[in-house]
Amino acid sequence: MSPGGFELFSLLYIPTWVAVLAIGLFSYLNSAAILVYAERRVASFIQNRVGPNRVGPAGLLQPVADVVKLLLKEDVTPTHGYKVLHAVAPMIPVITALMSVAVIPFGEGLYVTDINAGVLYILAVASLGVYGVTLAGWSSNSKYSLLGGLRAAAQMISYELPMGMAVASAVLVAGSLSMVEIAASQEYLWNIFINPIGAVIFIVAAFAEANRTPFDLVEAEQELVGGFHTEYSGMKFGMFFLAEYMHVFIGSILITTFFFGSYHLPFAGYWLPELSPLLKGVLDVSVFSAKVVFWCFVFIWVRWTIPRFKYNQVMKLGWARLLPLSILNFMIIAAGLYIYHNVL
Amino acid sequence: MTVYIFIVLAVLAIASALAMVINKNVVNSALFLVLNMVSLAGIYLLLNAQFLAIIQILVYAGAIMVLFLFVIMLLNVEQEEKLFDKFRVKYFLAFLLGVAVTGQIFYSLAGVTDMLPEISDKMAAVGTVEAVGDVLFTTYLLPFELTAILLTAAVVGALMIAQHKIKRTEEI
Repeated sequence: MSPGGFELFSLLYIPTWVAVLAIGLFSYLNSAAILVYAERRVASFIQNRVGPNRVGPAGLLQPVADVVKLLLKEDVTPTHGYKVLHAVAPMIPVITALMSVAVIPFGEGLYVTDINAGVLYILAVASLGVYGVTLAGWSSNSKYSLLGGLRAAAQMISYELPMGMAVASAVLVAGSLSMVEIAASQEYLWNIFINPIGAVIFIVAAFAEANRTPFDLVEAEQELVGGFHTEYSGMKFGMFFLAEYMHVFIGSILITTFFFGSYHLPFAGYWLPELSPLLKGVLDVSVFSAKVVFWCFVFIWVRWTIPRFKYNQVMKLGWARLLPLSILNFMIIAAGLYIYHNVL
Repeated sequence: MTVYIFIVLAVLAIASALAMVINKNVVNSALFLVLNMVSLAGIYLLLNAQFLAIIQILVYAGAIMVLFLFVIMLLNVEQEEKLFDKFRVKYFLAFLLGVAVTGQIFYSLAGVTDMLPEISDKMAAVGTVEAVGDVLFTTYLLPFELTAILLTAAVVGALMIAQHKIKRTEEI
């Protein structure tokens, strides 16, 4: 648990970790709504059209209208499907996505808990998310769903390996598996300056893990109708939608934390003066949020710019290019650090 | 508090293990095994073995069981028997009774404290990544390397089998 706390209206003592958990979960859940709106507006900007601008000022209430529509829709379950798993499957990706909030530092001292294997925790939680997609595909009793689910699972397992190796090189630089210490170690130099190849591999793998274009073969419409959520409607489909955008959000958070200095300004250690705790907290959270918003924008930007890969190209990129490159990068970083610490 | 969590996790682990063996549907069995592994990981966490707990989820639940599920799903699975097809009043009553009995059990367990060992600082230090890594690369280096070689050999063997091309006598 993170240390410290504060008094609310001089009545209630709130430990920091409770406040961070509450605000973190709140922003996780709302990130999806905001991202859906942002995606539609950015997409229409890129395609030179207007986009949703009718509901509320500048269309800002569009996500609310979308959710109301999803809630009121008829919930159809396939007759010969497996009803229990069909209902449980959409919850799994949402739950695993929310679980990751536990170890992410949003600022100096602003984290829920600091377990000494935080990085592994993130990877473990991400690997559990595969179940939702696979089970959704299988329980629908439809060939398109099953193929979509299997594709998704194969793709996520394949890209977990280069992602893990890229994270391992970041861990090597920080010398710790704790997310808090990885964030703190980038005060002087962001990891991207030390480990640029690792950063690129991680970003590519994060795109693949979130099942976003150019890796959205899971729901390639021409081949698979809707992929694993072909047989879903109403709010169950809404849960998958929510999970997809939360994965974009988490992907952005992880890119920021591992390689882009987390809550630190560039080279902050050299020039940033000592600030009061309140001011430092506000600055940290603002810097962190700005970076996350930027990466979310990149996710959307890429989706509307780059076409989809073929499936064999995705697998080839994952196994034959990124994995060897990430292992090589890991060894180079290890050797470089050894020379830096022992020889120089 | 920890005792309560331990009891919940232990019951969950045993129940899911039993359900895995008893269940007629193969996919259900596989999923119960995943639940069993996750609850075991929770027990490891209670004993302050964070590294072991997370590796349990990462390797077993996250990687191996997904592949198992893959294989099971691609095979033909027979129709399962539906026991709980309709909502009936007796199931609802059974649920309420179950809640009441569980509450009583918890109430009677309130005084139990010595179910889990007292975790000293020395014991907590053993479960960290640093401690495990330290022992793995010094005292147990030979078994570690042998395991690595064994796994590499297994991977190479799997690749050999997967890429083996059956010679066809009659080419079309």
